[in-house]
Amino acid sequence: MTVAAEDFELVRSLVLERSAIALDGKEYLVEARLAPLVEREGLGSVADLARLLRSGSARLSDEVVEAMTTNETSFFRDVHPFEALRTSIMPSLLDANGRVDLWSAGAATGQEAYSIALMVAEHFPSRPGISILATDLSRAVLERAKAGVFTQMEVNRGLPAALLVKYFERSGREWCLRPQVRSQVTFKQLNLVGSLASVPPMDIIMLRNVLIYFEPAVKKQVLDKVARVLRPGGYLFLGSAETTYGVHDGFERLELGRAICYRKTREGTSCP
Amino acid sequence: MQALVIDDSRAMRLVLNRMLVELGCEVEEAANGREALDRLGHGFAPEFMLVDWNMPEMSGIEFVEAVRQPPYSSTSRLVMVTTETEAAQVMRALEAGADEYVMKPFTKESISEKLALLGLEP
Repeated sequence: MTVAAEDFELVRSLVLERSAIALDGKEYLVEARLAPLVEREGLGSVADLARLLRSGSARLSDEVVEAMTTNETSFFRDVHPFEALRTSIMPSLLDANGRVDLWSAGAATGQEAYSIALMVAEHFPSRPGISILATDLSRAVLERAKAGVFTQMEVNRGLPAALLVKYFERSGREWCLRPQVRSQVTFKQLNLVGSLASVPPMDIIMLRNVLIYFEPAVKKQVLDKVARVLRPGGYLFLGSAETTYGVHDGFERLELGRAICYRKTREGTSCP
Repeated sequence: MQALVIDDSRAMRLVLNRMLVELGCEVEEAANGREALDRLGHGFAPEFMLVDWNMPEMSGIEFVEAVRQPPYSSTSRLVMVTTETEAAQVMRALEAGADEYVMKPFTKESISEKLALLGLEP
């Protein structure tokens, strides 16, 4: 399946307008992400889908934005941030404050938030005061995340086998996360480009592989707002190919083992 | 990083071999558990082994049990790569001494992420 230039432009501008996500040069992503939607709608191609979008289908516009803003992900993605959380950050925050508020921003189908919940169940089972908030732009994706049901292909991705057999139940070809772990995570629809007023102060923010989709000016705006949500002494994690360097000077880089995270500088949260 | 792929299917050995080479590993192959034990008995000590379950001569689970016992007492990381997908089978493999478990079908990412969990990053 290939995408014609005018159809790509239609999707690109729709997604930019609705989510501030820049798809420039990412034709491949449009093909890959819209193929399931094309099939689900019983259409023959992205061109058919584009024709319906032009005719003004609000429902399909929503579906396209949702499909384009969904990430492929894995449990314990990149491993090292989770090692740093388990061995260093969580124990020190719990000792200092008696509680930890963690936010998985851009939660997609929930693997990151549930990885934290699994880590808590395994390593901090008797510690109260740990809250995990998971947000995403896409309501459809959040519904899937909330259900905690994963395909065999998904549990094959980064989930330790010992945790699979301990915390999941097999149902046909799918694996259901046990309610005791699922209930540790609160899911909420949120657009990072909009107001973050409803997000409470956080000790740890996982904003991994989210900024990568935004244009530079929007990246800075999002980091400004994230800095306001992050408590003094809190930790921000970005994706392994992302940095605040050159985007926002309110953060300093910190290496913890093989993990890289960011903390707010003392001067404040924003630059003029 | 040295790896041993143990699978009776030549096609599957080829797929795994190619994936591991792309990840930067040196790869040896064995067609069943017995052949793999012979290699280890001659002093071959790979950092990790990918082990199929259902194989003639000696199955993957028999191999895992044997290789963790004397005289082999191997400390190599063992990852089952198999079509067996029951939770009970996963548990049995872990109890026998496997470190990780990948269900077929899988992608290169499934393999590299499991290796990363074991601290093996080629």
